[in-house]
Amino acid sequence: MALQSKHLLGLEGVSREDITSILDAGLSFKEILNRPIPKVPTLRHVTVVNAFFENSTRTRISFELAEKRLSADVVNFSGSSSSVSKGETLIDTIRNLEAMKIDIVVMRHPLPGAPQLLARYCDSKVVNAGDGAHEHPTQALLDMMTLREVRGEFDGLRVTLVGDISHSRVAISNIYGLQTMGAKVAVCGPPTLIPRHLERLGVTVYTDLDEAIRNSDVLNVLRIQMERQDQGLFPSIREYHALYGINRERLNSAGASKDLVIMHPGPINRGVELDADIADGPQSVILQQVTNGVAVRMAVLFLLAGGNNELE
Amino acid sequence: MNWSSTSATDRLSHAGFLTTRGTALLLKGARVIDPAQGLDKVIDLFIEKGKITHIGKLVQADLPKHKVINLRGKIIAPGFFDMHVHLREPGREDKETIWTGTSAAAAGGFTAIACMPNTDPPLDNSGVIKWVIEQAEGGPVAVHPVGAITRGREGKRLTDIGDMVQEAGVRMFSDDGSPVGTAEVMRHALEYCKINDLVLSTHSEDLSLAGKGVMREGEFSTKLGLPGWPSLAESVMVARDILLAEFTGGRLHVGHISSAESIDLVRWAKARGVNVTCEATPHHMALTDEACTSFDGNYKMNPPLGTPEDRDAVLLGLKDGTIDVIATDHAPHTIEESQVEFSLVPNGVIGLETALGVVAKELGAKKFLDWTDVVQKMAIAPREIMRLPAVAIAEGSEAELTIIDPEAIWKVDPERFLTKGRNTPFGGWELPAKSLGVINKGWLVLAPDARMLIS
Repeated sequence: MALQSKHLLGLEGVSREDITSILDAGLSFKEILNRPIPKVPTLRHVTVVNAFFENSTRTRISFELAEKRLSADVVNFSGSSSSVSKGETLIDTIRNLEAMKIDIVVMRHPLPGAPQLLARYCDSKVVNAGDGAHEHPTQALLDMMTLREVRGEFDGLRVTLVGDISHSRVAISNIYGLQTMGAKVAVCGPPTLIPRHLERLGVTVYTDLDEAIRNSDVLNVLRIQMERQDQGLFPSIREYHALYGINRERLNSAGASKDLVIMHPGPINRGVELDADIADGPQSVILQQVTNGVAVRMAVLFLLAGGNNELE
Repeated sequence: MNWSSTSATDRLSHAGFLTTRGTALLLKGARVIDPAQGLDKVIDLFIEKGKITHIGKLVQADLPKHKVINLRGKIIAPGFFDMHVHLREPGREDKETIWTGTSAAAAGGFTAIACMPNTDPPLDNSGVIKWVIEQAEGGPVAVHPVGAITRGREGKRLTDIGDMVQEAGVRMFSDDGSPVGTAEVMRHALEYCKINDLVLSTHSEDLSLAGKGVMREGEFSTKLGLPGWPSLAESVMVARDILLAEFTGGRLHVGHISSAESIDLVRWAKARGVNVTCEATPHHMALTDEACTSFDGNYKMNPPLGTPEDRDAVLLGLKDGTIDVIATDHAPHTIEESQVEFSLVPNGVIGLETALGVVAKELGAKKFLDWTDVVQKMAIAPREIMRLPAVAIAEGSEAELTIIDPEAIWKVDPERFLTKGRNTPFGGWELPAKSLGVINKGWLVLAPDARMLIS
């Protein structure tokens, strides 16, 4: 049950079959994670490099745990994209690592398309762990795994991404993945943080949060970067919270569904995009997302490595 | 430093071109097109000592000793002029030199080019400009350096424009690569250039709107997560400069125009009688922003590739005359600079050796322009805009000619280019026409596959 694609660069163009395979495998691996010894020898012949050219504690730890639970050999590499200015290109860096015999590169990079560049010039299998504002496929996969657990089906499920859509790789990957699986995707945020022509991706655009809440089964609330305020993309944190902040009172007054699911890719700006009463409340699946992150990343690595070994 | 031990013609010879100087030539049976004098017929030309001495149905026996080039089915036109080229020398001889760039120009069918001043040091004084002209002397391609509008291309103080005109013959000024950021400086430049009826070529980009954009803002920049460069960044500046040109009476030439609304603004300005002309590049008529989905740096340029609507507006603008000139914006970079993340790839693509073929494919084959129109936009109009003497195909005139095979189907192989650059979006394209050679300053430069036409 190997995947149709050699790499996982993004969810654009990834088939329903591949996504289903990953989510199914993710569920199996989650069961392993709950055992007394949460570890299998599946990838003990595989060497994985986590090449992180941008800080990301959570994603790196999630990948590293996934790799170790599968018994892969793991090497961590932290660089800054400014190593380019020191004369070493991204391709040189990875070719050097490849010369030490590695199999899979998991890469986080601040610039969109960096994983595509690697896939073009290097031999290893590439997993995109987030490239700029482009894609973050394993985040969307863990979001989908969580949604499937709590809601069962994707068909017709109304998922709204709330916040800074323009700068969000989580949004793009979720849009592609969810649409492939049959969900109806919408976005909500200030017009300055929503790309023009987003409708062309088949996405409904709301600027009124109450309207979005009323028309959603799931809200995936994105982290607002404080630097966007300095760029003039919204006037102030105070105003952002007033217009787009989510709390119990807002959900009630807008007429939210009782079953509304609240997600967040983390880390949360508490009191800005999401208040504690919701983030820690019964509708929140945020910590379930984190657990599923390890499981779904195990699934991706397992399937990319061939997927031929027994899970046991 | 000696970056290239050969001259432009040596480089052409090494690549298999025939390069010869001073040979008497009988050009037989070509269709000769010169829109300036309404000439379009099959006729023979005789060239001796660099001049056209006889035109008509010529009999070999009546002529002095010469070589014959059989050009049945081919086109002869006034030498093509590319008014937007980056030669990179001085400063970035690893990307291109005056010799390699002019050899590429000759190979692409150009007898003259205007080179932009964004070199290091910039072409902002008569001394460095005279040096550039001297490097090109003796070769088959005339180089007309474009002087910087402001010192150091910093957008602040005007250069010694009059000195560059008097000492170095400069005919056009531009801060290309950067806009003239403040309207006040642009106003004064337009006013000052009225002294010699000089033209200002603009790089229209509002830097605050362009921001960190690396491709056109739109559907595809969203999908790719790449910072978007809105068409507004261009059109806002085009609107500003048109209003300044109208107010001052100065002459404005909008470089590499790329968006539909910018072209509408120029159309509107021309109808009002503003002194404005503009140019478009082959890549903006052939490609759209969707090409960037490969994250291939060969599709990264400034202004970035537009939407299909923008591309159609470029084609229609060329057809209805709003766009006066086709220019390449030839911008060579090194391989090392190209094989990096899309956001880090420098802007610009090479174009000298593919322009003619791409124009034939996108404009000729689709009936937007015929060959007379192409000659008008690639040979006649650039010289008119720069107020340079027209190239006439007439007895007694200097022979400055481009020879075209309008039916040569060829595949673009970047490894065979004479430019140092390999950053082309057209690698592997099949093109329906090509230059067979140029005649200029006594030189005959003939493409490898055209040598057999000599008898």
